[in-house]
Amino acid sequence: MSNTIIKVENLSKAYQLGEIGTGTISRDLERWYARLRGKEDPFLRIGETNNRNIKGNSDISWSLKDINFEIEQGDAVGIIGPNGAGKSTLLKILSRVTSPTSGRIIGKGRIASLLEVGTGFHPELTGRENIYLNGAILGMRRKEITKKFDEIVDFAGVERYIDTPVKRYSSGMYVRLAFAVAAYLDSEILVIDEVLAVGDAEFQQKCLGKMGEISKGEGRTVLFVSHNMGSIAELCNKAILLRNGQLIQHGDAQQIINRYINNEENQQSVWHKSSEKFSSQFFDLLSFYIVNEHKEMNDTGVARNDAKTGVCLKFNTNELNADFCYGIAFYDQHETLLYWSYQTDKSKVEWLQPEIGTNQIIIWLPQHMLNQGSYRIRPLASLHYIKWLVAPNAGPSIHLKILGGLSNSPIWNDARPGLLAPVLDFERI
Amino acid sequence: MNNQQYDWSIEPQSSLLDLKLKDTWAYRDLLWLLVRRDFVSFYKQTILGPLWFFIQPLLTTMIFTFVFGNLAGISTDGLPQPLFYMAGITAWNYFADCLTKTSTVFKDNANIFGKVYFPRLIMPLSIVVSNLVRFGVQFLLFIIVMGYYYFIAKADFNITWAISLFPLIVVLMALLGLGAGMLISAMTTKYRDLAFLVTFGVQLLMYATTVIYPLSTALENYPSYSWIIEYNPMTPLIETFRYGFLGNGTFSWGALGYTTGVTLVILLIGIVVFNKVEKNFVDTV
Repeated sequence: MSNTIIKVENLSKAYQLGEIGTGTISRDLERWYARLRGKEDPFLRIGETNNRNIKGNSDISWSLKDINFEIEQGDAVGIIGPNGAGKSTLLKILSRVTSPTSGRIIGKGRIASLLEVGTGFHPELTGRENIYLNGAILGMRRKEITKKFDEIVDFAGVERYIDTPVKRYSSGMYVRLAFAVAAYLDSEILVIDEVLAVGDAEFQQKCLGKMGEISKGEGRTVLFVSHNMGSIAELCNKAILLRNGQLIQHGDAQQIINRYINNEENQQSVWHKSSEKFSSQFFDLLSFYIVNEHKEMNDTGVARNDAKTGVCLKFNTNELNADFCYGIAFYDQHETLLYWSYQTDKSKVEWLQPEIGTNQIIIWLPQHMLNQGSYRIRPLASLHYIKWLVAPNAGPSIHLKILGGLSNSPIWNDARPGLLAPVLDFERI
Repeated sequence: MNNQQYDWSIEPQSSLLDLKLKDTWAYRDLLWLLVRRDFVSFYKQTILGPLWFFIQPLLTTMIFTFVFGNLAGISTDGLPQPLFYMAGITAWNYFADCLTKTSTVFKDNANIFGKVYFPRLIMPLSIVVSNLVRFGVQFLLFIIVMGYYYFIAKADFNITWAISLFPLIVVLMALLGLGAGMLISAMTTKYRDLAFLVTFGVQLLMYATTVIYPLSTALENYPSYSWIIEYNPMTPLIETFRYGFLGNGTFSWGALGYTTGVTLVILLIGIVVFNKVEKNFVDTV
């Protein structure tokens, strides 16, 4: 390894489950006493993996466990894995937002991380002021920002509004400006979390282009977490596959993407609540699964193109809110978003509002629409224009496989050409 | 590039004595931008905003004059009552603001701390500097009131040489507030109930400081309890402030030296604890 830029050695990170803060004084004392006697920390148990579906018998969950890998200069590395695999934790440790429980990372060069677009943007400040503030938060000196100021504004395409407070910006402009600041950071290593989930398609392409330029053109190293296999395939030459906090594979991006897509474990069609991650007083998701035409659970997740198929959301509501809305996001096997079906598709009076208690709501999918293949569905929930309760790409995903029923014609009993497979009516006039 | 040579490492523990001051210095531009942000956003948000700077000390002075000066009849060492109280309030407010704002720094910045790394020390430092603006305005008001009593009301007070210690007093108040605030902020991330105590505690501490009474009176009337007031590191600061600007108060180099010592110790402990908590704070929010 001649050009190693980041070296991760036995990296582990433990999180405490449950209520933090109850009895912590006594635990601290116990821990301190154990350390005093030279014994092992009683609250860390070795050898337990972090599987969200199996409830462990200790309160400690290993978000990352003994991770080892090296990254070479100029590599663009995609970090892949199902929800809860430890992707974000790894990025957080790399960004120094949190520190590891054991192990270490060593490396050379400056790291710039972008875990969120527009961290520290202040709505009252103008675009210009925010560029300086955000740049400084990301670690740029004032002089550097001044030098790159014009390029940043140009990339974001907001020249006209540069002296307007950003609270008057459209959300698209806001995101563009924020990404532009980060894109022009002068760092050897760039760490990016799924920030591309926002912004319009054109801007997403522009961001991917810029990131490609950074890694291929300028020889800088990029670490990129995404659920979108398409973007990873396009951008990255290497990939790391994580599952339950463990490193499964590290190597060629395309190979790992294929392995991930075709993995059996990734094909769950029923999801049941196992943590408080998707809980709030407005929306406490209990389970999420595919149903057949009789409104019964379809746990195989396999359905015909012409069969009536729906997605059932079962959730508890403890508090009603007029702005509450929910829906699903529908992806193809590369995690490319095909559509959202959200309550806002209809006017507010038509929203199917939940009731206090347990709600079971089925969202029917269009028949005669999808081609043969694998699809993923994630729930969405928000207080409209206020905040996300289950943000896009954050929710648990379930798998739907379309097999057969593509048309009545004997010719097409296999996949049809193209992404979709509708059967249209032909009429002579 | 040398293969064996790495610039940085991310490890679970770092040395307690690593204060990260060099790291913080590298981010000094951010400090000024944050101060500017606080200033600009404060002016942009409200029309009455800056006026509060004046209203609050004026009203407090009036109430103190009425309650403690007239009703309770506490001595002000022969100084005009409003002037006496205002001197105490102006100085005390700066310390109290630094302390209370710093003590919630983790809670207030949880979002930004969770997303990006920069030396966390920058945040409390920016609070202390931002509050300096507010202190400046209130101090100006105090000077105006001083001028009124000197030239128009012809009150009997005089400025002494100790006024030259003013910058030192401000720096000590800032550092003491910063150190104590950081200590509290670090503890509140773990034991939340402490946060409720801060506002109350600061209020109590004010009564144990010579804001509404002169040290001489306390020493005279309650000789057995006055040690509490004497050992309070804020007391020498307020007394020196008053001695410098109004010529009345108990000044001693020993007391000022004591305060400086206490301030440096609290500040050092504050930074060490703050840096320790900062590393894993994100996980406990």
